[in-house]
Amino acid sequence: MTHLDEELKQLKSEITNMWNLIIQQLKKTQEAIVTFDKDLAREVIANEKRVNGFELKIDRDCENIFALFNPVAVDLRFVLSVLKTNNNLERTGDIAEGIAKFIVNANHSFDEKLLSQTETLVMFEEATDILQDVLTSFTNEDTKLARRIFQRDEMLDEINIKANSVVADYIRKNPDNLEQGLYILSTIRKLERVGDQCKNIAEEIIFYVEAKVLKHAKGNQKGD
Amino acid sequence: MKIRTHQVNLYYSDFHALKGITMEISANTVTALIGPSGCGKSTFLRVFNRMNDLIDGVKITGDIFIDGQEIYDRKTNIDDLRKNVGMVFQKPNPFPKSIFENVAYGLRVNGINDKKFIEERVERSLHQSALWDEVKDKMKKSAFELSGGQQQRLCIARALAIEPSIILMDEPASALDPISTAKIEELIYELKKNYTIIIVTHNMQQAGRVSDKTGFFYLGELIEYDDTKIIFTNPKNPRTQNYITGRFG
Ligand SMILES: Nc1ncnc2c1ncn2[C@@H]1O[C@H](COP(=O)(O)OP(=O)(O)O)[C@@H](O)[C@H]1O
Ligand SMILES: [Mg+2]
Repeated sequence: MTHLDEELKQLKSEITNMWNLIIQQLKKTQEAIVTFDKDLAREVIANEKRVNGFELKIDRDCENIFALFNPVAVDLRFVLSVLKTNNNLERTGDIAEGIAKFIVNANHSFDEKLLSQTETLVMFEEATDILQDVLTSFTNEDTKLARRIFQRDEMLDEINIKANSVVADYIRKNPDNLEQGLYILSTIRKLERVGDQCKNIAEEIIFYVEAKVLKHAKGNQKGD
Repeated sequence: MKIRTHQVNLYYSDFHALKGITMEISANTVTALIGPSGCGKSTFLRVFNRMNDLIDGVKITGDIFIDGQEIYDRKTNIDDLRKNVGMVFQKPNPFPKSIFENVAYGLRVNGINDKKFIEERVERSLHQSALWDEVKDKMKKSAFELSGGQQQRLCIARALAIEPSIILMDEPASALDPISTAKIEELIYELKKNYTIIIVTHNMQQAGRVSDKTGFFYLGELIEYDDTKIIFTNPKNPRTQNYITGRFG
């Protein structure tokens, strides 16, 4: 293993650790919604510092690798893709933190019926699962798995679109629970963005492994 | 600190070639010396094994400590110093002898005759210089039958055989093709686990790839000396930045 190989391996393990932390952040946030556990939500908020620490470290490591090793070809694409993935992951971390803040600020536990009608928890599971799958695809350089992300993201989009009328309906019927409806709707909006970040990461993986640029391509070009 | 210099000045007769160089080098690190031709890199390197002493009219002031010992002190034994501080040059310079004898040479001139000991040491040095697999079946062949890159690794093995703790390398890869260069660079990275290495290079990318610390020399002065990461991402001195970005002159 060359010196550069060792640096790249370390970079990969670093971003994998960050990734796992963010998956945990989403899982904890979901649990905090279900159990209305403000302490758990506060833990998520506190952990955001660790996520930011990872982001800074990975940025710096990438900069050093560019400056010291002048990577080319697949090595160059790898470092470029890690740099961008780092950014996408950091934003995903922000999303978990943002939802955790709703929980801390909310006055009442979330209405179970509203949660189920809006499919908020289904969406949570799916978003976390997608993030896990992109990680697997990154770890194994599995672009087939990465390509499946594009379709799975559409499910999140659908839930997001449907949520508008469900929440509007709920607020009309329960005007006292306006705040609650808004928090749920905002949560859904944020979860929808987790899907977008995962899509971006999937594109980076395909770029790195196959040297194909999918950004701004039409949906059908993304399939195999 | 493995090596420490304080206010080192060197004159070739009345030419002031090194100007107040102060530098500290930790054990088991690679330090790269970079800078334009004629800035004093090789001169500074030769300070550590007192090779400049061989040149007429050279005068040195300041302090140079290796393992806490002032190497220009009267008490310093130059033979011991040169055993402790090995050197590898730009052009591979094997002797017109067999591969085996090239590596054994330093041991023999140091009075070692034990055949088994010499064989073991030669084999170990060739392993360390990543050459063993390529030469193990032709140890009696002339060193000149090896490629340039192999000859350079042979010279590294020759330096390692007498068990120095410091290795000086003066542009050790500049006469080699890219693959041989990559091998030497990987070798340097391996060797730093056991040795302290100072390498002069005019190849900036090479300094980035192999070194922990980098010193930028200009007109006999050490302009900037810092972690290689810092020199290559955020040098403090504009002259360093101009040099490493190729905007020099
Ligand atoms: N033996 C010598 N006698 C006189 N001047 C020398 C001698 N060796 C080097 N110099 C001068 O000292 C300066 C530094 O040389 P050197 O250390 O070889 O530079 P570098 O290795 O950075 O190219 C140069 O100006 C060179 O001409
Ligand atoms: Mg020189």
